[in-house]
Amino acid sequence: MTGGRRMGPGDKAVIDRDGLDLLIAHLAEAGYRVIGPVVRDGAILYEPVSGVADLPAGWGEDQEAGRYRLVRRDDAALFGHTLGPHSWKRYLLPPRRRLWQARRDADGAIEIETDPAPPPRDAFLGVRACELAAIAVQDRVLRGGAYGDADYAARRDGAFLVAVNCGTAGGTCFCVSMETGPAATAGFDLALTELTDGGRHDFLIEVGGARGAEIAAGLPTRPAGSADLEAAAAATARAAAQMGRALDTDGLKDRLQANPDHARWDEVAARCLACGNCTQVCPTCFCSTTEETTSLDGATAERWKRWESCFTLDFSYLHGGSIRSSAKSRYRQWLTHKLADWVDQFGESGCVGCGRCITWCPVGIDITEEAAAVRRGFGGDGP
Amino acid sequence: MVPRPADSAAPEGASTDPWVPRVLAVAGARDETVGVRTLTIDPAAVDGGAGIAPGQFAMLYVFGVGEVPISFSGTPDDGPAVAHTVREVGPVTRALCALEAGERIGWRGPFGRGWPLAEAEGGDLALIAGGIGLAPLRPALRAVKARRDRFGRVALLYGARGPGDMLFLPELRAACADADIQLLLAADHAEPGWTGEVGVVPAFLPRLKLDPARTRAFVCGPEAMMRYTVLGLGDLGVGADRIFVSMERNMKCAVGLCGRCQFGGDFVCRDGPVFPFADIAARFAVRER
Amino acid sequence: MSIKGLDSILREHPFVAGLDDDSLAFIAGCARNVVFDADARVFSEGGDADHFYLIREGGVALEMFVPGRGEITFLTLGAGDILGSSWLVPPYRWTFDARAVVRTRALAFDAACLRGKCEEDARLGYDMMKRFVPVLAQRLQAARLQLADLYGAPAG
Repeated sequence: MTGGRRMGPGDKAVIDRDGLDLLIAHLAEAGYRVIGPVVRDGAILYEPVSGVADLPAGWGEDQEAGRYRLVRRDDAALFGHTLGPHSWKRYLLPPRRRLWQARRDADGAIEIETDPAPPPRDAFLGVRACELAAIAVQDRVLRGGAYGDADYAARRDGAFLVAVNCGTAGGTCFCVSMETGPAATAGFDLALTELTDGGRHDFLIEVGGARGAEIAAGLPTRPAGSADLEAAAAATARAAAQMGRALDTDGLKDRLQANPDHARWDEVAARCLACGNCTQVCPTCFCSTTEETTSLDGATAERWKRWESCFTLDFSYLHGGSIRSSAKSRYRQWLTHKLADWVDQFGESGCVGCGRCITWCPVGIDITEEAAAVRRGFGGDGP
Repeated sequence: MVPRPADSAAPEGASTDPWVPRVLAVAGARDETVGVRTLTIDPAAVDGGAGIAPGQFAMLYVFGVGEVPISFSGTPDDGPAVAHTVREVGPVTRALCALEAGERIGWRGPFGRGWPLAEAEGGDLALIAGGIGLAPLRPALRAVKARRDRFGRVALLYGARGPGDMLFLPELRAACADADIQLLLAADHAEPGWTGEVGVVPAFLPRLKLDPARTRAFVCGPEAMMRYTVLGLGDLGVGADRIFVSMERNMKCAVGLCGRCQFGGDFVCRDGPVFPFADIAARFAVRER
Repeated sequence: MSIKGLDSILREHPFVAGLDDDSLAFIAGCARNVVFDADARVFSEGGDADHFYLIREGGVALEMFVPGRGEITFLTLGAGDILGSSWLVPPYRWTFDARAVVRTRALAFDAACLRGKCEEDARLGYDMMKRFVPVLAQRLQAARLQLADLYGAPAG
């Protein structure tokens, strides 16, 4: 193997398992906190990792609507799983963040202080194509308006993204119909495809940009041959072929917005628990609330920002009551926002086809089914 | 730094972090009616009131209690102070209504799209208010009075539960008399000695001496009141594209980031609170329960 | 007061807008000009509903007396409005009080005369109903809105 090759954007090379270990070490040396998939609490979560030994070697998942189980694979693949309940928004848009703290003195004068500490620089290892799409969606939401989320922007700018191309589809995935995968095509610093054909354990590594090239230069790479490229393409094609679901977005926005009284909303409301799991696991959901806390002596106060779901009663509370008090109106709000209103707001769908909402819904509500049902019942216009 | 479009409401000198309030003192506090109080702020404390327009709002914070959106009921353009008229409906507004001059609050703003006064020039104008909805319309009334010659016929139709609930009556009567603005006060429920009209706002729309073909209407009040008012205006020939309503939703950030104030594809804090009714008619009719 | 003069006064009132000249002249025969001073009673609850009024100028308050609360005004009417519906419904008795708030001019139609003319000319009678019912419907709707207490303090 030749080390220290100078690669440019789009260039591909191959590293082995030890090379991946070195990648993690180099990222840490460069000042990044490396976050990657680990097995914990019966699921694959995104947590800090210090080497390949922390990664979920040989683990896969069995996912379906309302079901998630870890299963043992018959190989030692490090990325043979797909998506767990965590998404990268956990690190880019943290579940809890203190906005400021304030002090009030005996005269009633108030002083507000913000936290000067910069956020950590994270390297995300194992970002799937749908997740790259989700990050891009959140970029538009949180950075594209008149007022941006400065904390998100700082974390985002500092984040190093190592994408991983899926070789298997998850049980609830539908990225193909949402045109967000399974291949990662843009938005990453480096992209890996795990190659385990013929008993080897290599990774095709693709450089995304200058930052990626710099890190890749320090790795023991060998040039990618046609066999490597074919194996990588085959892995992606296999994942694409395994998609068990599809979401037809053609004309969907208009149909959803025109059908607030569709019978399907009552039907799904009878099943929906308004538990909000879908919004927690969804990589694009961004809604939040603020909480005021005070010290017991009333001298200091803080305001915290935290994740909040449109499924809570508090979300639409307006002097005296919630505007959306029924599960029906809340489910309708979530689905219509995700697949229709989002397009008006940000020019694209809010859904990237990751399937997490389907997996983690306790009653197995399937967004692709609900959308299809609303679309089916729309007059005599179409299928 | 995140680029901001030209029509952004962020004034110069404001905190660059829109989540952080500036601390300022309440300059004056005055009860209007039971449970309604007006707080005034020295414009110098808010960059001279730069950018504050009728129909916009600010987020008012009471230390340790919370923060709520309150419309401007007075802007520096049309009066000596920045004013917010607060109705007590929950813990934060209760705390706001208990404040006295000199006490400190947190303040973030101004936010939102205000009343389209410039667009309304050259035509007739109806200001239609229900209950506390008069507060966001008062700065519009004052702005019209200050530039009265730019408008045709102007009318203010103001409905409330009862005469005792009506705000700013002496000022309204004086302003309308001085500026040749038709004033119609309508109480749902009368009280002895009341010399104004009795009945609901929509019933008095036909009495407005305006030319429907040239009229724009600014409407603010409870949603049901606005719904029937819009219907009534339509019956008289005022097009939905010339009717503007002020919407209200739960708000935490006021800058389009927390997602709570969404009304279909719009964020009320950023794309509203004033909307041309034609743009929101379909969503307005959706029954949320 | 010549009938001709009344015709032209009647024609000004929005309630009969579009009514043909013959019908106008026909019903004008039941009408006369009336003036109420400020604060004068127009009619009282329980009295004979023997007139139907088209208000030309001024204002009328519709009221009811509630023991312990006095006279409560529940609606005010003005120029262009119509006053009175009990003249159409047996036993033809007023169900509320009406008082002129300011000096008020109106056209008062003798109820029996107008009912008679509507019986005689059913087409005219139906035309009058078509004008009358929408006003009733609008008043009913307005009353419902008052009941709904839209500005009331929220419960709880």
